[in-house]
Formats: sequence, C-alpha cells, structure tokens
Amino acid sequence: MGIARTAFLLAGAMGAYAQSGGELRFCVRADPKTLDPLLAEEEVSETIRYLTGGVLIRLNRQTQRLEPELAASWKVANNARQIDFELRRNVHFSDGAPFGPADVVATIRRMMSPGLQSGIADSFRSAGGEVTARANGANGVSVFFSTPVAGLELLFDQVAISPARPAPPESAVLGPFQFAEHKSGQYVLLKRNLNYWKTGAGGKRLPNLDSIRLDIQANREIELLRYRRGELHLVDKMEPEAFERLSKEAPASVRNAGPSLDAEFLWFNQSPDAEFPAYKKRWFQSGLFRRAVSAAINRDDVIRLAYRGYAHGAAGPVSAANKLWFNARLSPPRFDPQVALKLLQQDGFRLEGNSLRDREGNAVEWSLITNAGSKPRAQIGTIVQEDLRKIGIRVNFLPLEFQSLIERITRTQQYEACLLGLTNLDIDPNSQMNVWMSSGTHHAWNPGESKPATAWEAQIDQLMELQHTSVDQAARKRAFDRIQEIVSEEQPIIYLVHPDVLVAVSPSVRDALPSPLPPHLYWNIENVSLAAPAPGRKD
Amino acid sequence: MKLLRKLAVGFLVLVAGLSLAAGFVAPYDYARQFRDHSNAPPSHAFPLGTDDLGRDRLSRLLAGSRISLLCAPAAAMAATAIAAAIGMAAGYFGGWLDETATVLTDLFLSLPWLFVLLTLRALLPLNITPWASTAATFLLLAAVGWASGARVVRASVAEMRFAGSILHARACGCSGARLLCFHLLPNLRPVLSAQFWILVPVFLLTEANLGLLGLGITEPVPSLGNLLADLQNYQRIQEAPWMLTPALLLFLIVASLHFVVSGRDTWE
Repeated sequence: MGIARTAFLLAGAMGAYAQSGGELRFCVRADPKTLDPLLAEEEVSETIRYLTGGVLIRLNRQTQRLEPELAASWKVANNARQIDFELRRNVHFSDGAPFGPADVVATIRRMMSPGLQSGIADSFRSAGGEVTARANGANGVSVFFSTPVAGLELLFDQVAISPARPAPPESAVLGPFQFAEHKSGQYVLLKRNLNYWKTGAGGKRLPNLDSIRLDIQANREIELLRYRRGELHLVDKMEPEAFERLSKEAPASVRNAGPSLDAEFLWFNQSPDAEFPAYKKRWFQSGLFRRAVSAAINRDDVIRLAYRGYAHGAAGPVSAANKLWFNARLSPPRFDPQVALKLLQQDGFRLEGNSLRDREGNAVEWSLITNAGSKPRAQIGTIVQEDLRKIGIRVNFLPLEFQSLIERITRTQQYEACLLGLTNLDIDPNSQMNVWMSSGTHHAWNPGESKPATAWEAQIDQLMELQHTSVDQAARKRAFDRIQEIVSEEQPIIYLVHPDVLVAVSPSVRDALPSPLPPHLYWNIENVSLAAPAPGRKD
Repeated sequence: MKLLRKLAVGFLVLVAGLSLAAGFVAPYDYARQFRDHSNAPPSHAFPLGTDDLGRDRLSRLLAGSRISLLCAPAAAMAATAIAAAIGMAAGYFGGWLDETATVLTDLFLSLPWLFVLLTLRALLPLNITPWASTAATFLLLAAVGWASGARVVRASVAEMRFAGSILHARACGCSGARLLCFHLLPNLRPVLSAQFWILVPVFLLTEANLGLLGLGITEPVPSLGNLLADLQNYQRIQEAPWMLTPALLLFLIVASLHFVVSGRDTWE
C-alpha cells in the first residue's frame, strides 16, 4: 500500500511538471531585416533562419562535431573539391510537399546567383571560388568547388534548404518551426512545423514546443525585468553586472557557459598611409614595443573590474571554447611592468621621470579609440590608460561614435590605436582568412598590403594558405597553431580577454544546454520543452 | 521667494567654493584607482564609496563639479558674446546683414544639436589631452548654442535703434561702432544676462547628455555628465543609492540657477 501511494504521489508530481507544448519566449534586439534564409546576415534574421531552416549538416554546439540532418550521410571527394550528399528519405516541407535533390540544387544555385547578393554565398566563394550543384540519382546531390576547400562540410551548417518550386522562402521550411506572424516592433511568432522529420525518444515527433515568440526589445534592462517577472524564458548574452545580480536572486536560473569565441583586443595602426609622425610608426612597427605594452596591461584586473570575473585572459584569437582550434600551449602574457620596461629599454626607450621617451627624445604618447556606449570597453580603456601611465606612457583614450570609428579604422586610417572586440560565429579558421592574410581588408593593423610587410606576416600568409587548402586535418591544426604562436610572439593584435557567455534559463525550460558557440541557448531547440508550472508558481 | 533665491545663491557659492578647493578638500586624486576596493560602499575611507574601478566617488564628484561649474558658465559666456555680436549687427544694420543673420540663426535653431555635437566631436584631432578635450567639448557647446540668444538680441536692438536717445546720438554724428558699444550694449545688459543664465543649465545638461552617451569629457577626467553615466543601470541604484549623488547635485545646481535667473531683476 505504501509503495502504491508513493507511486501515485510521484505520478501526481510528474503530472504537475509534465512536458507540454507551450510557447517559449525570449527577446531579440530588433525587427528581422529579412525572412529569406539565404539573405540573413544580422542576428535576428539569423535566429529565425536557425529556428526555421533545415540544413544538410549541423554542427553540434556541445560536442563541436558535425551531425547529419537532411543529409543522411556525406563524403568529401576529389581532393576536397567535391562533396556528395545522400539525402534523408521521407522528409517533407512544412507545407507537405516532399523534399528531394532538386530542392538542394535549386537552393545552391539561387544562393550562388550574383543577383541575390547572399552573404552566405560570399563565404562559399571565398572558400572555393565557383560552386555548382548537381542531382545525383534519386537521393543524391553533389556540390563542386573550383578549388580544394578544407573543412568544406562546415559551410553547409548555415545553408537552409528552400523548395525548388517558386514559393516565398518562409512559406515552406524544413526546420522545426515555421514563420507565423510578425508585428513590427512587437514580436515575431514561429509555430511548430507539423511535418518536421525528426523524432525524439519513443518515436515522439519533435519539436516539443508549440510555438516560439521572439519579443522585440532593445532595452536589456527591460528584458531582464520581464524575465524576472516570468514573462520570458531565456536571456542571452547577459552583461556581467546583470548576471551577478540575477545569480544572487535566483542562482538556479543563471548559467555561465564558459569563455565565448569572442575576444576583446587592441592594436596599433601600422599602415604606411597613416597620418601621424614617422617616429610613432617606428614604435608601432616594433615587436618589442608591442610586447612591452602587452606585458604592462593587467588582464586579471580587466577581468575582475570590467567583467566582474566573468571572462578569461586571452593568449590569442582562439578561446578555449573552440575545442578544435584552440592552441593549449599558449597562455596569456603575464602582467609584469618590469619586464615591459626591460623590453622598452632593449628597443631604445628610456624613462625620464614619469615620462617614457624614445631614442630621439620624443615622449611616448598615443591615442586609443573605441566605440562609445560600451561600458566594459570604456572600463578596459581606462585600465589600460592607468597601467601604461605606470611605465611612463601617456594614452589619450577617446570613445567615438561607431560609424566614425569604423570610417577611421577601415578607410581613412586616421587613428593610432584602437580597442575593439570581435564576435566570432564560426569555429573554422577559414572564416578568418580576411583577417590574417596580409592582403585581407580586415587585416586590422595594416589592411590590404600589396605584399607582406614583414617576414612573420609572409609566414602567416603561407600557413593560412596551407590550412585553407589542406585536406589533412592534423596539418591544418599544426598550421593554425603556428599562426597563433606567431601572433602571440609578435602581438600585432594585443588580445586581452575572452568574455564568458552568460545566460539565464527559466527553471521551467527543460533540456536547454547553453553552449559557448552561437546560438548559445537554442541550438538544440527541437529537444527543448517547457514544464507546466505548479499552480500559483511563477518562474 | 526671496528666501529661496538667497538659499540658491548660498548653495551655488558653497558648491563653487568646494569644487574650486577640490584639490585640498578631496580625499584622493580623482583618477587614482584602488582596484582592490572597487564598488565599495560609503565608509570612513571613501565617504561616497568607490566606482567600478575603485576610484573615490567623492573626489570625482568634487573634481567633476569644478569642471562642469567652470566650463558651463565659460561656454555660456562665449555663446552669449557670439549672440550679442550677431544679434546687434543684424538688428542695427538691417538689410542683407540682417537677412543673412536671420537665415544663419534659423539654421542653427533647426539643427539637431546632439547629432551636430557628435559629428563635430568625431572630427576633432584624436591625440589631445583630456583637458583639451574638455575645453573642446564646451567650446563646441558655445559654437552651436548662440542662436536663440542672437534672435532675442536682434529683436531688442531693432526696437532700440529708433529710440529717441539713439536717434539723438546719430544726429550728433555718433559713429555706428560707438553707438553699438557705448549706447546699445549697456541697454542690452538685462537681455544678455538672462541669456547667459539660461544657457548655463542648458550646457550643464547637454554635457550630461553627451556623458551618458559616453561622448562627453574623456576619461579619466570626471564631469557631472560622465558621472551620471553610472545611473544608466537603474536597478543598481537600489543596491547603491549613494550613486545618485551626482544626479542630486546636478538637479540642485540647475534648480538653484533657475531661482537665480527668475530673480535676476532683484540682483541687478
């Protein structure tokens, strides 16, 4: 009798928290600019693409391994110039029409057509030049690249397949949800795709949720307030201060997913076209000078004061979140003002009173710009300013309006040093070709070099080419490890920290597994479910 | 009301005195970072607590008040001088000069100040000291803030030029420059004084707005504007209400200036 009663009570309790459909709610910052998955470039459109689009291959954000989705299997052939997909059978679009090779071919063709100007196509073009697709039997598709492309499978993680027949891209999708409604400035509503192919435990059709409502809210404080009132289930990319406050109130609902792929860094302008005195160019082109500046910055204080402890010191462009490409042999430069002064002395600088002077007697003073409105960046700038003052360097720190900043660092080159961050969405170094190749337009310290300005830049160019074309994963890893080591030795970009991914997940959300890789919170959305709240309880 | 005015003047004198003596009164240098005591609550060592970087809030408030209270009136003075020059020339000489001045005034009045300031601020050289940046910020405020004053001055001068005393002076052969400097300008004193006192709180608040956007006076120099930037996170105020002190001080300064302006006839 005792056992029977216990079982009954347990069943009752399970009933109170039983998995239900329900509506998951979270905020996005703005209206989506497009619902066409091939044109999605900004965060909100990409969110909708991820939630509604079906892809051939998906990167598991937890294991960082590629998993089959619409493609049951794939094979890279012809020295990484070709990939052959075997498509999953009995898959249907959300409108009930069957999915087949023609849809994949049409999607690739449409994506690559110059008239569409798809950002995703740019990553395909930069990886492998001309890209074509051909159906290969009843369930096969082959995609051809004009040059060998290392890690080409990963490119398909962002290509949502649309139907070959003429139809608005949002009307027939293969992902777990489909677009239902958009009220400008208010919300985007996504409804469950009843024809979604994936099944869960016990053959239950996925996704578990009935709908997702993306509330449009730019104000992070209001977003947090609504979360605390139980109106939202998820909060992504929280500010450290808000995270700390919420962790005191509801420790069970906050999660630190660890260091992100993003990095905060500063660099000196080494462009020959820069309009500042030649002696400053000599400072900035000196590896000893850059290493000295790097050693004089207290990264631990940056982490503690600007990020309240929710960041990790950065040794280079790749954080520990990127399991495949992180170089574990590197560690962040140790804070040591004495080492910094020694390096500067080796380079001909001398300390006169409180002022550092170069060989010619010029006082070492430079301006550091950043974008206005970012509190952590403003604090990092002030910390850098104070740390460098202690070794006699005067830094004039100046936050600028964003457009003006971008104009200076990309076009006019009218700046001396810049403090900025980079949001990384991709784990593969191929996405960073434009940054590390000396001819790259995003080669921050000296964009678009006609030929490598230094021997170490020439070496980086060779290694980037090697990792870009090699099909041997181990060789690619060795090449990119060496690139990270050169960057760490030469410090063309002085990496400071990798901020942590801080999120809030309502206790009523089941199976959300926050990941340091974007999208941090809903990468496994088809498995996420909501527990029915107990009577009278508000999450 | 008389008592309120006296209180307001007393308060402004007290704040001005304290902030001018900030170097002696402030417990620490405003830029000194006590990194092991960041976000400390008020204590004997830090009477108003410390900020995120461990800087003493009281020292920063005193230094920030000094900068705002010196620079805002200086900028208001400059803007009033520009307004007087343009308004007097337009009102007295009339014709194409008046038309040009009117167009220029209308243009400046219709400009979105904040965006103009952001643009001008971005065009300034980068390698300037924080003090030069402070001076530049307030000079920019003066450069764009003269228009409403010029319109009032122009209207007053246009009315005065036909006054009996002015006509008499002209009939006696008094030159235009002499008329403007020795006959019209003294009569404009109440108008210019009012314009000056109106502009002081306007400039204080504009600098505060720029500070909130992170574009005002640059670190590590404090001003009432950049001290207010901390208040963007309003939920934090509940935990640390002492953070409101700069806002309270700004409110009291602006309110006091209002009482001084409304009672200016009494003082003149």
